[in-house]
Amino acid sequence: MTETPDADSQRKRIQRSRSIAMALILAAFVVLVYAISIAKMT
Amino acid sequence: MSQTQALPLPADWRDFFALTKPRVMSLVIFTGLCGLLAAPEPINPVPVLNAILGFTAILCIALGAGGAAALNMWWEADLDAGMKRTAARPIPAGRMDPVAARDFGVMLSVLSVLLMGLAIGWLTAVILAVSILYYAVVYTIWLKPRTPQNIVIGGGAGAFPPLIGWVAATGEITAMPVLLFAIIFMWTPPHFWALALFVQSDYAKVGIPMMPVVAGEKSTRRQILAYALLLLPLSAAPWWIGGTGALYGITALVLSALFAMLSLRVGIRQRSGPDDPMIEERQLFKYSIVYLFAIFAALVADRWLLVQG
Repeated sequence: MTETPDADSQRKRIQRSRSIAMALILAAFVVLVYAISIAKMT
Repeated sequence: MSQTQALPLPADWRDFFALTKPRVMSLVIFTGLCGLLAAPEPINPVPVLNAILGFTAILCIALGAGGAAALNMWWEADLDAGMKRTAARPIPAGRMDPVAARDFGVMLSVLSVLLMGLAIGWLTAVILAVSILYYAVVYTIWLKPRTPQNIVIGGGAGAFPPLIGWVAATGEITAMPVLLFAIIFMWTPPHFWALALFVQSDYAKVGIPMMPVVAGEKSTRRQILAYALLLLPLSAAPWWIGGTGALYGITALVLSALFAMLSLRVGIRQRSGPDDPMIEERQLFKYSIVYLFAIFAALVADRWLLVQG
């Protein structure tokens, strides 16, 4: 399987942006669950 | 696969975001938030905790709506490919694998219901689940391809957010949230049919039985007017039953009277020819969006005045 350098760099760019988006969503979700837990316990 | 054939590129995160129909979601978030803010009691009496839980409730409504929208786009990908308005969506444009869209829709839907149940309450979560199934299954899969009444009954899907927002705060279903549901339910046919009148050829092309295609323009125009006239007293009903003050009641009557007047213009006119710019229909469609934002903003302002004393 071969890919042109352009397609390869585009694939890496998309994967990188998806990874960053997923990391931000997971971090926000952790903070949200923590805040909900505090709110429900209070 | 040959040596020179490249693997398809993975979908960009922006395409996943587009699957959630962000423009529709803005209306969903707004009406859900208004239902929450107009309710007679907060989710939690402590302001900070109320803000956390209120944010969570609205987030769940948004995630649920996004999940249902993604499932809608997954199911209708072939139809979307045949319509100018929808051909650039991620699946028909070839930027996303349909299975990824389906899984994304299911994941968002399940996550929203579970989070709503655990953080807010299971009655609210059940209503949210019903709203997702109503849009993704009852409307998208069952009604839309089968009956020109698809928008009338399917409009219920878009009517859930203020009901969910209200029930999230109060924990019970009373007359007021049901009336808010009914207002959006009655608003949907004239809103959507005004759009369908000026994009009629696209729906006809892919065989969707929209009212203008099946019953004809004349019948559609009369029905737009009928629903707008019914909306006039219904929009003021929250005031008449004592659920709101005069600020909401008078605002609703004025906004609905204008809605009825614009619908009257659409209801009694006929298309002048194939090149008719359909100005009246476009104006009604644009005003219908402003109308919904304004009437729910008035509801919240009325509650705020009441609380301020």
